[in-house]
Amino acid sequence: MSATVNPKQDYDENIEEEEEIANHVITRCQILIPMFVRLQMGTEGEQLTEQETAIYDRQIRVWGVDAQRRLSKSNVFVSGLKGTSVEFCKNIVLAGVGSLTLNDDRLVTEDLLFANFLTPPDENDFRGKSVAELCCDSLKDFNPMVSVSVEKGALSIFDADFFQKFDVVVVNCCSLLTKKSVNAKCRKLPKRVAFYSVECRDSCGEIFVDLQNFSYCKKKNEETIECKLHYPSFEEAIAVPWRSLPKRMSKLYYAMRVIERFEELEGRNPGETSVDDLPNVQKLRKELCEAHCLNESHIPDSLLRRLMASTSEFPPVCAIVGGILGQEVIKAISGKGDPLKNFFFFDAMDGKGIIEDISNVNS
Amino acid sequence: MASEEQLSAIKGAKVLMVGAGGIGCELLKTLALSGFEDIHIIDMDTIEVSNLNRQFLFRQKHVGQSKAKVAREAVLKFRPHIKITPYHANVKDPEFNVDFFKQFNVVLNGLDNLDARRHVNRLCLASGVPLVESGTTGFLGQVTVHVKGKTECYECQSKPAPKTYPVCTITSTPTKFVHCIVWAKDLLFAKLFGNKNQENDLNVRSTDASSSSEHSEDVFERRADEDFEQYGRRIYDHVFGYNIEVALRNEETWKNRNKPRPVYTRDVLPLRPVGQNGNKDKASTGDPSSVSAMASLGLKNPQDLWSLKENSEVFLKALRLFFLKREKEIGQLGFDKDDQLAVEFVTSAANIRAASFGIPLHSLFEAKGIAGNIVHAVATTNAIIAGLIVLEAIKVLQNDVKSYRMTYCLEHPSRKMLLMPVEPFEPNKSCYVCSETPLTLEINTHRSKLRDFVEKIVKAKLGMSLPLIMHGVALLYEVGDDLEEDEVANYAANLDKVLSELPSPVTGGTILTVEDLQQELKCSINIKHREEFDEEKEPDGMVLSGWTPALAAEKIKTSDNGPSSSNASQTVPLESEDNDEIEIILKDPEILAAGKKRKSADVSVAVDSEIFSVTGEMLTKRKVEEDDSHNDIVMVDGNSDPNKKKRVQ
Repeated sequence: MSATVNPKQDYDENIEEEEEIANHVITRCQILIPMFVRLQMGTEGEQLTEQETAIYDRQIRVWGVDAQRRLSKSNVFVSGLKGTSVEFCKNIVLAGVGSLTLNDDRLVTEDLLFANFLTPPDENDFRGKSVAELCCDSLKDFNPMVSVSVEKGALSIFDADFFQKFDVVVVNCCSLLTKKSVNAKCRKLPKRVAFYSVECRDSCGEIFVDLQNFSYCKKKNEETIECKLHYPSFEEAIAVPWRSLPKRMSKLYYAMRVIERFEELEGRNPGETSVDDLPNVQKLRKELCEAHCLNESHIPDSLLRRLMASTSEFPPVCAIVGGILGQEVIKAISGKGDPLKNFFFFDAMDGKGIIEDISNVNS
Repeated sequence: MASEEQLSAIKGAKVLMVGAGGIGCELLKTLALSGFEDIHIIDMDTIEVSNLNRQFLFRQKHVGQSKAKVAREAVLKFRPHIKITPYHANVKDPEFNVDFFKQFNVVLNGLDNLDARRHVNRLCLASGVPLVESGTTGFLGQVTVHVKGKTECYECQSKPAPKTYPVCTITSTPTKFVHCIVWAKDLLFAKLFGNKNQENDLNVRSTDASSSSEHSEDVFERRADEDFEQYGRRIYDHVFGYNIEVALRNEETWKNRNKPRPVYTRDVLPLRPVGQNGNKDKASTGDPSSVSAMASLGLKNPQDLWSLKENSEVFLKALRLFFLKREKEIGQLGFDKDDQLAVEFVTSAANIRAASFGIPLHSLFEAKGIAGNIVHAVATTNAIIAGLIVLEAIKVLQNDVKSYRMTYCLEHPSRKMLLMPVEPFEPNKSCYVCSETPLTLEINTHRSKLRDFVEKIVKAKLGMSLPLIMHGVALLYEVGDDLEEDEVANYAANLDKVLSELPSPVTGGTILTVEDLQQELKCSINIKHREEFDEEKEPDGMVLSGWTPALAAEKIKTSDNGPSSSNASQTVPLESEDNDEIEIILKDPEILAAGKKRKSADVSVAVDSEIFSVTGEMLTKRKVEEDDSHNDIVMVDGNSDPNKKKRVQ
């Protein structure tokens, strides 16, 4: 069932907007009388400190005091620290989340430093440190009101209980298998843990969002409307037959699936591809397209080549995708604004930042 | 990562950044990471606490220091080998002239006000350097590219004028809280603490002509025998009590309005504070900006709504503290949103007035936002916009004209897009800035003085800072450091003459040439004499016209796969983070253009047209870039205008 709603930011009753949201964004919507359904972390009544009010002044004017309070109670976990996730970390530390836990055991190398602005120039400062440790020190400095810490260990071995501590889990540059399993662990928990994965290759970026069952309120005229969204898991989303997807689906979606599958079959780490792999990837594309009854022209060679040729990220794209991801996480924590469902794509070639809803229509 | 060609363009480039604030911090970081090696950055501002939530290159310990300099040091920590040249200066300073601009390959703006944006636009046009312009408000933002002769310039489209209110609404018949704020800030605060010689409507309108004689002495002057408490109470009773009573005498005014209620201190506060005032105001820490009335009254949370009594206490206390702690500044104070005591005074005064007029009261936090014209700002939008600026800058450096895009960052998706690229347009042929179209000015040449023309038209409307005004070969006015004394005296005398009585009289039919030597901008103005002007609608007493600022997007035919088009209106303002210079702006319903939904698959939106958009790129009408596989096109439609815009080919 679908419905159209008129969202209205409740922080400013003067704003009048009329907006039709495409069917795919809102799954179900109903009008509630005066009841508010908030996120679990919502704690009303407590006051922000004077310091918080002073520093967060400009953003409180954007999302309100309640949202700021909820942000400051939230716990965020980020695994895989590359250009995009580091941008994201900066954004939510500045926004004032309660805690941020970083996970990336790789030792710092010159290469890793390249797309990172969190690392000090002095060579001696990073020798022997993990990427997470280095980022942790810098991020703490950005906003002393946020507790930033490091969690060591491989992402794939953390059990469901571990994720229980968090409200938001973000994975960057993560293998297909791990992505699915972390997402599944988050979904098993009694409380909702929002799951995000983000990937940037060359001048392209992809964000996946799983908020499970998500309710949020918005005001329309004088009424408060509660909107409910149902998100599929990553595994469910990518299992949706391609032929059932809209004709104008972002090409990046298919291309990312082909490459992701290629890496899994070849046992490669994420991003461990080169143009030499192109013939094999093209073969896989053919197989997948045939299986899904999709014309191969939906996944052009030029796009595949771009995604495979360059393993490093493009800093402007990191800033853009990390910015969108930050905004989405803030929306999910604060319960303010329409969260995106459930994929976002950016390609610097055409400059579009597109939302696609890829969920099983039958579920 | 960037391609080889991109990298070589980046490495060889010399770029100028204007602004090291919200967008600037993100931009400088992204430029450095992207491989730019020679960056110059101008910003006149110093760091403030409220910057720290998004201007991530700055820390608490940097508060008070130059943004440009601190930003440079912060970025050199992770990119030590690049060259960053900071200027702690105003971009309008004469040192940043056309020759200065010419050394750069591209100029990137991250500014917070219309005035500076227009100035940079002109210098870019004069020096032939491409400009990438940007702005954010809350979750909205936009990036545009301006290349002389190829795309429209920043001023090819009109910028909505700041909202102003009819004088009588402010002085006599407020209906909204913002009216009370304007009254408290621009009239009362200015009267008590600002320049005494400036004209002020506070008394003129609030006491009608018949009774003004009994107040021939200035009631706002403190009498010799008064202490601050008595003085404060007298001011209070005068503006909130007596003036309201006088206004109420005019029955006509209140026929269809709710009558206000006079408020006197005796109704709200105990007759005379008992011993609470004496010497209790300890000498403060020496920093005048830390003086606070609410703190000394035990009011902690700026989000709290104060009662009328609390507002009255804050009012009296703030007034008293101004005289006790900041006496030296009195007579020259202007309202500043970062001045705690000024914000407290204005909040309390606006609230007392609101109470008197039956208007809901507001917290200090809210009042500060309205009075300071504070624009919402978050880190994420600035980061996104900075990324988009760098993408455009790289295209500009590669001279890849076909790929130039204006990009809108939206809060709610339109046609599934959160980031919406749009092809730029050709220059507006009737733009007075980048073409040479003459303007027309209707003015009463027998009544208006040259000063009015200079202030209201040349400076306010045309945005010139160092103007030169000529009538034929006769110089009527000019400014500059190198003028002789007699010239200065001459021009000063001219300012006070009405146009028709100038040494070279300006009358109907005269063509004036106005020039700004720094901006290298010159335009002609045809003078048309007009006797009368509508005081409310044309408060300047003059009307400037001639260039056609609004533009209509051309209708685009849909392809043969079936007609499917949708209208969307998108209003995206340029950034104006902390703009003090411009009047309060509120929503103007006329610029709310609702989209129409044609087909369920298309989404049409009307985003908040309001958003305290100080510099407001309000309605922009753009054709959204068409994807090869897409048949429907978003047309952004606003005010109709016969002009058609062509896309850049």
